[in-house]
Amino acid sequence: MLDRSKIGHQFPSFTVDIERGRLRFFAKAIGEMNPIYSDEAAAKAAGHRAIPAPPTYMFSVDLDGPELLPILGLLDLDIGRVLHGSQEFDYLGQIYAGDSITQQCKIVDIYDKKGGALEFVVQESSYTNQDGELVGRARQTLVYRN
Amino acid sequence: MSDINVGDKIPALELPSITRTTLALYAGASGDHNPAHIDIDFAKMAGMPDVFAHGMLSMAYLGRMLTNWQPQAKLRRFSNRFAAITHLQDVITCQGRVVELIEQDGEPLARCEIQAAKATGEQTLIGEALVAL
Repeated sequence: MLDRSKIGHQFPSFTVDIERGRLRFFAKAIGEMNPIYSDEAAAKAAGHRAIPAPPTYMFSVDLDGPELLPILGLLDLDIGRVLHGSQEFDYLGQIYAGDSITQQCKIVDIYDKKGGALEFVVQESSYTNQDGELVGRARQTLVYRN
Repeated sequence: MSDINVGDKIPALELPSITRTTLALYAGASGDHNPAHIDIDFAKMAGMPDVFAHGMLSMAYLGRMLTNWQPQAKLRRFSNRFAAITHLQDVITCQGRVVELIEQDGEPLARCEIQAAKATGEQTLIGEALVAL
């Protein structure tokens, strides 16, 4: 059983620079052809102040912290048995190339199904830019195969 | 004003088949370096027959479908569950439709059901998006 006392655990906050080249690489990797996601001039012509991060990029902010998936160490998880169960994003603003985004994440629930064969870890994250504007929130459920 | 109506289909997005290169590029670009997606030796040790696709890659495809249809600035909420694993060579198609017009915090929104599915029809991602009218 995963340690239920970790419900409510808050991971250390961290700040990530959103790099233009990285957003171009991300757009290429997902096959995004709309030039606003790779070309600054096209983004500005469309009314953006810089290249916008695509809708799922908040998840990559999570992965750019000082430790890849800090949940693994905290709950002593074997990464080979972790599956992504669900993912939700709420958009309150837009993340752009050149921004510095501060992520805060906490564990909001841990529960099990099938007599403990599967355990679920729910984390909520928030994303705030360099101007103190809350630009997004995310909720993620990981599935652990015991 | 908006011309989004209940029953409207979001233009579908059909992807090229998933290759090892797809997964290697997505691992690097997304920062998701979980070896289960890029290292066949690790995948086998974890009991899988081969590497398999990141769920978030297909969610990014759903995101492309949504922003092809409406500007990203109109997207208020985007969620899905991961219903099945996407394997190498799978051909994923993203689809969606408007199921309801609602109001949230005084703002009119279209609630859309969205999904990613394999050529066999098996659904891999099942979710929802809220888009401002």
